[in-house]
Parts: sequence; structure tokens; C-alpha cells
Amino acid sequence: MVKDKDHLKKIASFCIDVAKKLGATSSSAAVMHSISETVNFRNKKIDESDRSDSLGVSLTIYIGKKKSSISSSNLFEENIRELIERCIETTKITPEDEFNSLPDKELLATEIKDLNLYDTDHISNDEKIEYLKEVEESAFEKKEIINTETGFSEMKSNFILANSDGFLNGYKSSSFSASCVAVAKTNGKMERDYEFTSTCHLHDMARPNQIGSIAAKKTIQKLGPKKIESEKINIIFDRRISKGILSTLASTISASSIARGTSFLKDKINEEIFSSSINIYDKPNIIKGLGSRYFDSEGVKTEKLKLVDQGTLKHYLVDTYYGKKLDMKSNGRCGGTSNLFFEKGSISYKDLLKLNAKCLYITETIGHGSNLVTGDYSVGATGFMIENGVFKYPVSEITIAGNFKDIFKNITLADDLEFKYATNAPTMLIEGMVVAGK
Amino acid sequence: MTDFFNKTDLSRKDAENIVSDTLNNCDDGELYLENSKSESIILDDDRIKSSSYSSDLGYGLRAITGEVVAYSHSNEISKNSLKQSADNLKSTLKSKKGTYNNSISKTNEKFYNNINPIEKKSLNSKLELLKEVNNYVRSKGAIVQQVTASFAGEHKAIEIIRSGGEVLTDVRPLIRFNVSVMLENNGKKETGVYGIGGRQSYDDYLKDDNWKKVCDEAFRIASVNLDSKPAPAGEMKVVLGPGWPAILIHEAIGHGLEGDFNRKKTSAFHDLMGQRVASEGVTIVDDGTLHNRRGSLTIDDEGTPTEKTILIENGILKNFMQDRLNARLMNTRSTGSGRRESYKHVVLPRMRNTMMLNGKYSQEEMIRSVDKGIFAVSFGGGQVDITSGKFVFNCTEAYEIINGKIGSSIKGATLIGDGPSILKEVSLVGNNMMLDPGIGTCGKAGQGVPVGVAQPSILIDKMTVGGTQL
Repeated sequence: MVKDKDHLKKIASFCIDVAKKLGATSSSAAVMHSISETVNFRNKKIDESDRSDSLGVSLTIYIGKKKSSISSSNLFEENIRELIERCIETTKITPEDEFNSLPDKELLATEIKDLNLYDTDHISNDEKIEYLKEVEESAFEKKEIINTETGFSEMKSNFILANSDGFLNGYKSSSFSASCVAVAKTNGKMERDYEFTSTCHLHDMARPNQIGSIAAKKTIQKLGPKKIESEKINIIFDRRISKGILSTLASTISASSIARGTSFLKDKINEEIFSSSINIYDKPNIIKGLGSRYFDSEGVKTEKLKLVDQGTLKHYLVDTYYGKKLDMKSNGRCGGTSNLFFEKGSISYKDLLKLNAKCLYITETIGHGSNLVTGDYSVGATGFMIENGVFKYPVSEITIAGNFKDIFKNITLADDLEFKYATNAPTMLIEGMVVAGK
Repeated sequence: MTDFFNKTDLSRKDAENIVSDTLNNCDDGELYLENSKSESIILDDDRIKSSSYSSDLGYGLRAITGEVVAYSHSNEISKNSLKQSADNLKSTLKSKKGTYNNSISKTNEKFYNNINPIEKKSLNSKLELLKEVNNYVRSKGAIVQQVTASFAGEHKAIEIIRSGGEVLTDVRPLIRFNVSVMLENNGKKETGVYGIGGRQSYDDYLKDDNWKKVCDEAFRIASVNLDSKPAPAGEMKVVLGPGWPAILIHEAIGHGLEGDFNRKKTSAFHDLMGQRVASEGVTIVDDGTLHNRRGSLTIDDEGTPTEKTILIENGILKNFMQDRLNARLMNTRSTGSGRRESYKHVVLPRMRNTMMLNGKYSQEEMIRSVDKGIFAVSFGGGQVDITSGKFVFNCTEAYEIINGKIGSSIKGATLIGDGPSILKEVSLVGNNMMLDPGIGTCGKAGQGVPVGVAQPSILIDKMTVGGTQL
């Protein structure tokens, strides 16, 4: 069982009290407890079980405009006391920074509407095993599949955030996820792909046979890939990849990148950075949402933001520190976005594939080729060649490259938005990227 | 030495009894205890942006029978908690029966000293140096827009208790000093990053104004990129510089030679033992025994002493890297490659310091032999798909080669290749082997561990360069 609120509150209050006694002018503490149980299966046999029980505390101490922090999973009282003493000493000799402070009191979250983020249901390891057996059986129905690895995880957690201005709140959350990685082989060459389901509540998970058969199908499709010629070509991002455009956007409009001048979107507020058909939301209060939260990691209330309105950038993601630096109020985005998504487009998935006589459909990218300072983008990719809306053959060992400034302006979205991750995008057509192959 | 039992109701004897009782009918397993301290101090934007210190304590109890691993970890070292973990393990392995393998070799050799780098340099002197770094880099001109410099230090004490009460211990220091510089000129922005580190004290790396060399290098890389042009796209010859570019070896070959992927037959190398996988003249080793290196370990996280493992000798595949589990199942011995990020993680076979050894050619000869290609000097991150063997990495400093001469710098290039075939495309191996500066962290299954790489310059006959210029 995860530890209850009172237990966590006691630890948080202890930290705040000791810090105050030792000379902190203000402080904030977070205490998090989580228990997770995972079972992994491989080729229809149990491979691994893993139980994790983890309780940790982190504390930030302010003495005037000086700041320092500690964290620990060693919760013996004597150790915590020593750490706080150490933190006080460190804070005293750390130089002042005029932007250091707790969030403005009037921005702190007060009302909390239940978003149903915690499921009391528990699934035993034996029941997880039954689920995984079904997953693997449906994957192995396809004769090309030679290997499967599947896993089922359940996590329950509880946390408390407290600060010396009187904020003391927290909530429980749960997560259930299962995945299947399949390997297929033909002519001595192997390919791999996967499918997964991840939800807040146990009964919302996808059916096991669905997970297994989709993983098998996706893997088999990739067999026998070709390398293509280098060329400029229109590209379609599968939903697995298209959401990455939003992650890039989130990093480049975070107040820290803007204030530090390390973003290619610096000073672009109220400018058109996407084509005018694009709208982007960040919505923290989705019931059972994978990115939902009641307040941000500083306790600041979070509200729905329309980050991009008809192609125009409307908001940065602002926390207290960089907000003060930019002379803006925190909009509750310390720790990043919540449920971030593109509003769906107006064209169907099928019609999107047919928009061009020939295009490259990308299902996987590898490498870390996004430069957020310049906007340059270059990653390894695998996918499929599409001609007249029909999948022709798999493609691998190529790279795709462009610059986000151009990519953002050349996006067409399908209408197939679904909420499978915390950050979600429909299938996406991008015109004019360069493929390097042969 | 950390005493893990002095503040709890769990005595050493209790722990030994629970371990022996739990592992009685298992093939392998242990209780792993860890006490680690770490610090991070960051200067950014002309000020000390953060200073943090962390103290972590916990255990992981592991039992293995056949192919099945049961693991349970907690940060609460107590009788109750350990008993609960033991019950959890027993329930996973209830229908299995194994025979405990007591043999584990021992070593008296140590590859680093028992120091606490965090305490060896005062906080004041760290803050002072960061300020100096900031001033030094910014004095290089108005084009310097942003300077970030950081200290990261760690002191990790581990203890392994095996069934029967055998105890193995290690204390591991680790530091890293990093500088990142962003320049802006005519509206164009570029960054350069450089760092150094290893298993000694900060001052061992920073003394004699060595920190200035780190700053100069970060500044130089950013300057080179300011003048760069877009990278070409397509297949061409690639010369890799010595040292850090060996992350190509790490990604392309190293991961595919880890025991687990080969036992499970998901690595493209699993059926190639004893066969030619590289050109003649290519020898690759994974060495955990280099003194004070970032990837070195006196013992691995299962207690096995590390070694220098020959992976590829003169082009022929000789060994995989093994932990105890995969070694047992593949009828071989552990190479001391069993590692974990912390007590919160299961052991996996991992790389330590992966090195391609010297050949006989000079870098000049290689560049002279290329009509059209690129010369890659430094890289950012890389990644590999073990199953298909495809890997990529991103150049952070690269130049075009035209008619045997180094030309303009190019930016934003990604290199992509095929692991099992790339080493067959290596036509010349240089005589200038260099170790990397001590900055690598390898990620696998969500676990990061410190690693090192080394290589001489090499010429690869054919690789795809992913630029934008057709």
C-alpha cells in the first residue's frame, strides 16, 4: 500500500520546521512515495518480476535571495537533520539571485476538483501473467514472429508538496501499462516493433489480444526494407512520431530557453510560427488524463492554455523563477506541459496518404538530432514508401532532415487525434524535407 | 566504509540469514546495498543557478533460477522491508528449483582510490572557479551570449552479500566538469560543449589551469560551427577523428555484443561468433581495468572483478560481454560486465571502456585518400536498434573533405549506418589512439551508467550522411 497523506505530510512538515529553526527564511518540500510491480514475459515464459518501493524527499531552502536544495531517500531522521544543516550552510555561501523566491501566494492552487487519477484496483502478478500470456499468444499467431518480450506494470503513488507560505497539498495517482515487443525474421534479417497500452485505471487498458496482434502486424510489415535514393520528398509522421513536434515546441517555448536566449522561438510571441490551420492546447484537467495534474511542481494552479491559436504563438510555458526574469506571471508550467495536443485536422487519415502521388511514411526515428537553438533537425528513420495512398515497401537506414522553422509552417494534420500519451498529435504531413539514403 | 546496519533493526546476521534462506533453492542472486552521495553545482546566465546535494540509501534483493530473475528493492533498510522483498521473490520463483553457484572470483587490485571528491574540494572554491570560468569565457568577446558551467560529483559505496555470507565491497568516486558556450554572430547562434572527468578528485583534472583548456575547447567548437555550412546528404567516405568519436563503436558494435541480446537472439550478432565481422586490422576490447577512467570498475555490480575483454580480434568476433546470468545460460564465464545504475535497477551486461586499438596509418594518409567525404571530429548523442543493427549519431564538429583536403566546417549532420556491416567498411585504422575526455553516459533499458571510449582515427569507405544539401 502506498503511504497515506498524513505520513507524507509529517515528513514534509518536519523538513519545513527544521529548516525554519536553522535559519531558512522560506522553503518548500516534496515527499513522494511509490510502489510499482512489474512482470516481464519472454517467449511465453516468465522472465522477470520487479517490485519497487520508493520513498523520497526533496527540499529547497531560501535565505533571502540565496537558494540551495537537497534530496534524499535515506529517511533516518538523523540523516535528514544533517542534510538540512548542510543545505543551510551551502545556502549561506551561495551568491544571491534576485529572481529566487517561492511562487506568489495568490497563484497557489486552492480548489481541487477530482480528476479521477487514482484507481484503487490492484492486479496480482498472477493475473498480470494471464494477461501477458494472451498478448504473446496473439503475437505468435503470425508465423514470422520468432521472439516476443512483453511486460505489465502497475504503479501507485502518493505525494505531498508543502511550502513555508502554508501550501500543503498532494494527491494519489495510479498507472497501469502493458507492452509487447515482437521480433520477426526473414532471409536471415530481423526487424522489431511494438505496441502498448497505458492508462490511469485498470479497466481502461486495451485488450491483450489487441496488443499482441498489432505488435506482430507492425513488425512483419517492416521485413525486407530497402534503402532509397537521397531526395526532397513529402513526409508523413505516424502518430508515434508526430507528437515529437509538440515536445520540441514545448522545449523551445519554456521560459528558461526564452530567458536564456537558447530557443529559435525567442521573441516570437504573437507571431505566426505554424500555418494558420494549426491550434495547440495544453489542458491539465482532463479526467483520467495521462498528463493531468492539479497544480504544477511549485503548487501553482494550472489552467487550460491555447498555446498556438490559428498558427500564432500565444504563450510561453512559465514558472516562477524565469517568470520573474521575463517579467511574466507563472502560468503553472513549472515541470513542463500537462496534456499537450494539436487540435485535430479536417482531412481523414486515408485522404492524407493520397494527397501526394508519392510520400514517405515514418514510423520510427532514432538519434538526438534536434538543435533547439538553431531549429536544425536531422535523425535516422525507418518507415514505408507510399504511392497513391498505398503502402508499397518498408524503408530503412535513411535520415530525414530540415529546420523546425520550415517544418512548423508546412504541417497538414489528419483528423485521427487520440489520447494515448500525455502529449498527442494526429497523423501529420510535412512538405519539403530532405531524405538522405543511397 | 558504510555500515548499512548500524541505524536499523536489521542486523548483519539477520540480513545474511534472510539472503541465505531466500536463495537456498536458486541458481544465483544477492543482496546489494548502496549508499551514495552526489552533488551538482551549476553556473548559468551569469549566476549560480542551482546547487544541490543528494543522499541515497537502499537495497535490492535478487534471486535467479533458470532464466527467471526476481528483484525487489526499497530505500527502507529494515527487517520488515527485507522480509517483504524475500516473500515477493519467493512467490515469483515458487515452482522453480536451482542450485546456488557459490563461486565468485576475488581481487585485491583497485583501479581508483577510496576518496570522496565532494568533500575534497570546498564549496567556496567550486563557486569561485565557476565564477572564474564565466569571466574567462565571456572575456573572449561580445559574441559570447551564454555560458553554462557545472560540477557533478559522486561518492558511491556498495556492499554485496551472497548466500552463505560472502561479502564484497567497493567505493566509487566519480566527477565531471562541463562547460557549454553559446555564441551569436550576425543573427546566427551556435553552441559548443566540452567536459572532462573520471574517478579522481576535481583538482586532479582542473589543476594547472586545465579548466581553461575545457573552456577554450567549448568556445572553439562553437566558433567552428558559427562558420559552418549545411551538411551534404547521401552516401560518402567518412574519416572519424580519434578519441570520443569511438561512440560509433559503442553504438554500432558494442551494444550488439552484450550477452543478454545474444542469449535472447535479438542481436544482429548472435550467430556470428568466430566469424569475420570487421576488416582485418580491427581489434576492439572492452576494458574495466584502466586506472581512474570513467568506465572503470574494481568489481562489477555482482561482485565479479572486471577485466580487459577482447571482443573483436583482427576482425574476428571473439567474445560477448557477460554478467553472471547470461554467462551461465550461455555456458561461459562472466566478464565482469554486470552493471546497474543503482539499487533501484536490475543488473544487465553493459560496456565499461570500449576501445578500438591502434593500426598503422596516419590521419593525414586517410584524409589524403578521400576525394569527397566528411571528417567527423566530435559527436553528440548516438542510438542503436539492436535488432536491425541500424545506428545513428550526430556530429557536433565536422568538415567536408574535397580532393584529399579538409574544407569548410559543416553542421547538423547525422550519420547513419548498419552495425554488423559498418566495421567491414573500415579500410584504414590510424596509429593515434586516444581516450575520450571522460564524459560518456550510456543508456540501456532506462538505466544510465558511466562509460568510456577510445579509438584512433579510422577511414570508413561508405556511410550515409544525413544533411540537407542534395
